[in-house]
Amino acid sequence: MEIIAQRPKSLTDIQFTYCPGCTHGISHRLIAEAIDELEMRNQMMGVAPVGCSVFAYKFFNFDMAEAAHGRAPAVATGMKRARPDMHVFTYQGDGDLAAIGTAEIIHAANRGENITVFFVNNAIYGMTGGQMAPTTLPGMKTSTSPYGRDEKDIGYPIQACELINSLRAPYFIERVSLLSPQDILKAKKVVKKALQFNKEERGFTFVEFVSTCPTNWGIEPVKALDWAKENMLPFFPLGNFRDRSLEGGE
Amino acid sequence: MAEKVLMKGNEAVAEAAIRAGCRLYFAYPITPQSELIEYMSRMMPKVDGNFVQAESEIAAINMVYGASGCGRRTMTSSSSPGISLKMEGISYLAGANLPAVIVNVQRGGPGLGDIQPAQGDYFQATKGGGHGDYRLIVLAPSTVQEFADMADLAFDLGDKYRNPVMILSDGLLGQMMEPVEFKPYKTEEELKQLDEQHFDWCMHPNEDEPNHHHHEINSLEIDPLILEQHVIKLGKKYDKITKNEIRYEKYNISDDNEVVVVAFGTAARIAKSAIDELQEAGTSIGMIRPITVWPYPYDAIKNVLHDKVKKVVVCELNLGQMVEDVKLAVNGKIPVEFLGKVGGILFTPDEIKAKILDKQGE
Repeated sequence: MEIIAQRPKSLTDIQFTYCPGCTHGISHRLIAEAIDELEMRNQMMGVAPVGCSVFAYKFFNFDMAEAAHGRAPAVATGMKRARPDMHVFTYQGDGDLAAIGTAEIIHAANRGENITVFFVNNAIYGMTGGQMAPTTLPGMKTSTSPYGRDEKDIGYPIQACELINSLRAPYFIERVSLLSPQDILKAKKVVKKALQFNKEERGFTFVEFVSTCPTNWGIEPVKALDWAKENMLPFFPLGNFRDRSLEGGE
Repeated sequence: MAEKVLMKGNEAVAEAAIRAGCRLYFAYPITPQSELIEYMSRMMPKVDGNFVQAESEIAAINMVYGASGCGRRTMTSSSSPGISLKMEGISYLAGANLPAVIVNVQRGGPGLGDIQPAQGDYFQATKGGGHGDYRLIVLAPSTVQEFADMADLAFDLGDKYRNPVMILSDGLLGQMMEPVEFKPYKTEEELKQLDEQHFDWCMHPNEDEPNHHHHEINSLEIDPLILEQHVIKLGKKYDKITKNEIRYEKYNISDDNEVVVVAFGTAARIAKSAIDELQEAGTSIGMIRPITVWPYPYDAIKNVLHDKVKKVVVCELNLGQMVEDVKLAVNGKIPVEFLGKVGGILFTPDEIKAKILDKQGE
């Protein structure tokens, strides 16, 4: 019998703990597929964050470390330095990466650590129950911005790709979305490219997924996709910010 | 016999760590431990090791977490305010059963305090500091030689029990120079053995099924019944450490002792001078110097309190922290008196003598 679809070897058979309509499952699968296709699994290590994807260490089928909130890039630095013969990625949400872990991500990127950072941006804290994130949009209501995010009081959403793009060392920076089948196919290519560069030890690679959180947004899954397209993409424009492989004389 | 070299404590402990097989060191500069990070930055490239000056003490301890998760000997160091920042990571290391060595070159506190020697971090080191039910093995050196020797011991104990180990020194031991004799460097074969000793649980290169492994470096157990078992298991480990690893020095302990002093680290150095001078004058004073301040030598103290001993004097460079443990050991049998100095100031042997002889203010 011919196998036409199966679970990637890089995912365990443990059931995801995500809400219906959540895009974490999609990004997990894209990463796992890319690792399988690039035959990186036996040299792969990952770092799970604190947030909804805290159990990512159970889902990826290779050695994983669970980091303290925001510290994944520092943990990954220690792992990569300890095992330069292996490949390391972190998987982080917006509170993790762009609030409590701002120092760790900026400095890991600035050192040009040979790691890949997957950044899931859904503009809200999911696991703790829908509080305001550093990427929450102006006017957006959350459980800790009940009157809407007031940018005069608390500032504008942090744009992670743009921030990291101000540093010289990173090798590859791209923002993709998981908001339509076409976007997901495109995201897969970008994930694979980042991991390919990781495998080739080219330096720091960063992929941001514009994602949804139907549960905490209080919007049905399909409508959440449209809401994100309409409201998030103007703040978080998709596209490649840097690809050193395209530059001459690298 | 190996050659003796004159070295600062900060440099001696760094050299000894490298000789013990540490090839991964992560830290952030802070006085009075900066010679340690500077020494590592010079030496690590020469031994094919890895040195990262981290963006913060928090990042440094998390780099240690990652490197230790890969089964490698790894270390960080700091001084009091920086150690406070590391407490988050230390709790995670303990929760995930990870070995690591943390050097604290204590300075005066609280807050920013000053940069002089102090022992105000005793509570933090021995009673927690980070959150949750955990224990650090805490070694307290009293000479530069002992400081260096403890690097080796700390790595061995860390690996044996899969537990973080702190070396609790202070600005005096970090900054002073004394002759030190080092153990030889680990051979390539020994280093390889060290790296592979943790392959049953650590992150390391994988294979396809059926030999594929999925190791998790983790302190999260969301199910209370599983977390309960996890913490009970930690407790059993701490019991084992307490049973096996208590270390202390008996100084001038005899049947003639009229007073027993308890002091650790730099305070014990000064107390020894006072005890020697009193002995010459015909008064016999003994001392118990805890070398492990966790696990604590309660029984060692209890066992030297024969009928002639009138009181116990505890000398610390703080407002009175270890004295609580001494009181537990003495259990009300005889008076326990305390002599403390704070602000990064040391007491003199004369001050200790006066306390022992009840002659303060004379």
